[in-house]
Amino acid sequence: MGKTIAEKILSSKSGQDAKANDIVIADLDFIMGQDGTSPLAIKAFYEMRGLKVFDPLRIAMVIDHSAPSPLEGVSELHRQMREFAQKQGINFYDIGDGVCHQLLPEQGHVVPGDLVIGADSHTCTYGAINVFSTGVGSTDLAAGIISGKLWFKVPETFKFVLNGKLPPGVFSKDLILYLIGDVTADGATYMAAEYTGETIEELSVEARFTISNMAVEMGAKCGLMAADEKAINWVRKHSRRDFEPVKADPDAVYAKVKEYDVSNLEPQVAKPHTVDNVSPIGEVLGIPVQQGVIGTCTNGRLEDLRIAAQILKGRKIHKNCRLIVAPSSRQVMLEAIKEGVLEILVRAGAAVVTPGCGPCVGTHNGVPSDGENVISTANRNFKGRMGNNRAFIYLGSPATVAASMLTGKITDPREFFV
Amino acid sequence: MKISGRVHKFGADIDTDAIIPARYLNTFDPQELAKHCMEDADADFPKKVKKGDIIVADKNFGCGSSREHAPIAIKGAGVSCVIAKSFARIFYRNCINIGLPILECPQAVDAIGEGDEVEVDFETGKIKNLSTDEEYRAVPFPGFMQDIMDKGGLINYVKSKV
Repeated sequence: MGKTIAEKILSSKSGQDAKANDIVIADLDFIMGQDGTSPLAIKAFYEMRGLKVFDPLRIAMVIDHSAPSPLEGVSELHRQMREFAQKQGINFYDIGDGVCHQLLPEQGHVVPGDLVIGADSHTCTYGAINVFSTGVGSTDLAAGIISGKLWFKVPETFKFVLNGKLPPGVFSKDLILYLIGDVTADGATYMAAEYTGETIEELSVEARFTISNMAVEMGAKCGLMAADEKAINWVRKHSRRDFEPVKADPDAVYAKVKEYDVSNLEPQVAKPHTVDNVSPIGEVLGIPVQQGVIGTCTNGRLEDLRIAAQILKGRKIHKNCRLIVAPSSRQVMLEAIKEGVLEILVRAGAAVVTPGCGPCVGTHNGVPSDGENVISTANRNFKGRMGNNRAFIYLGSPATVAASMLTGKITDPREFFV
Repeated sequence: MKISGRVHKFGADIDTDAIIPARYLNTFDPQELAKHCMEDADADFPKKVKKGDIIVADKNFGCGSSREHAPIAIKGAGVSCVIAKSFARIFYRNCINIGLPILECPQAVDAIGEGDEVEVDFETGKIKNLSTDEEYRAVPFPGFMQDIMDKGGLINYVKSKV
């Protein structure tokens, strides 16, 4: 019987013939923690009587959730991370380096066929380059960095077959929002999502990350794609590691298969307060917005900033709006500066903040006030997510956010792409 | 192990930001986190929750972030058990790892009301509604997960094995 990508990676990493629902103990290729979760993992590390990490080169800690620190208490947690990283000699990314999920692929730490855990739910992002990567909590992270191993229940797989080419002005963000709206927030719980089809093949690797990033918003454990030539070339540009991509067998067994034709897809918007509360843009046009956010691990890459710049070039954002831009890494920021993209955004009225997660996760850098509406390229719009439980968060593509900033209300970006 | 307590009922898709917002993640002290537990779902919860109380919620409880502070806040608030129709994956794992008992039982969730007194037997998965005298069955945990829970979480479990 054939195997899915998830079954193959977990088989190879556990040395067992692993099938869905088996429980295996598997070797980890890379382990990541950020500043919201690492301090608790460091505490657990010592409580488990950890002395040395299993392999410092296979571990990274990233300060991105509160970067730079907005509070005394957070500064102390950051200090603990810096001290631990130095003592153990692990990879360490400090404030300004970027968002963990941008850094791991960009800095070449993860490659196709890898098994990766991260103490952050959006660790599923690297599925776009054929990595079985999944979010865990701090105690699992501690067990992982001590032993280099973790137990996994081999997930069943939910296969999404995506046909057709996305129309102009419609992006991978719209596609993943549509899929989440269709299968709902727990439609793939405990499962691996596998995204296949010509739509995926057409997309750039950057655009694919957006889709895998949001797999967790349908409850999935990971959001896997096969590594085609485009993905392989992308990885070779970023990593010197050897790798072997993993493909699903033609006779692999899937728990669910759903097929979609995306040729007529419209821009999609997730409305407050759940990610699966999705509408085509026509149903939310004209809703006033006071703040826009372009950035995050979902949509803060160079391609995303370019799309926003294409819309905002030579224009000014609406006087009732403020636009926060957080490039997803230092490298992205540098490239955006070099290309003039950042200048366009700043001239249009954007406030550029340190690469990091702040505005999305509500730790700092743009907490909305009571009753305000925000349109954001982030992946979550939970009540209170941005730091105020009396604000309302809408999610859309970078194009939708940029277009909405010009008018002060939710606006269809397709008019900029004709 | 058997526990009993008074029920606080919640709806579907209670996310980890509602359980403990990121703005309070500048500490991992259970008592500090407990002061804001479930705040964005029910602002009065931290005031009204009593030691031993039980949370009963609809599907997909604990969806969202991987923050282990979420089950720690619930445990810190004195909650003895969470019963839901289903749990989000990372939250489920985190509960086992920190020793917060959880059970999946859709039938119990539909039948149990706010304020009911409920008794739970973790070995058998039997849930008894003392207010209505009804009984429901949850599937008990696989053996090794139950072992971790019995030791009070993964840290104690690892310590006991070393």
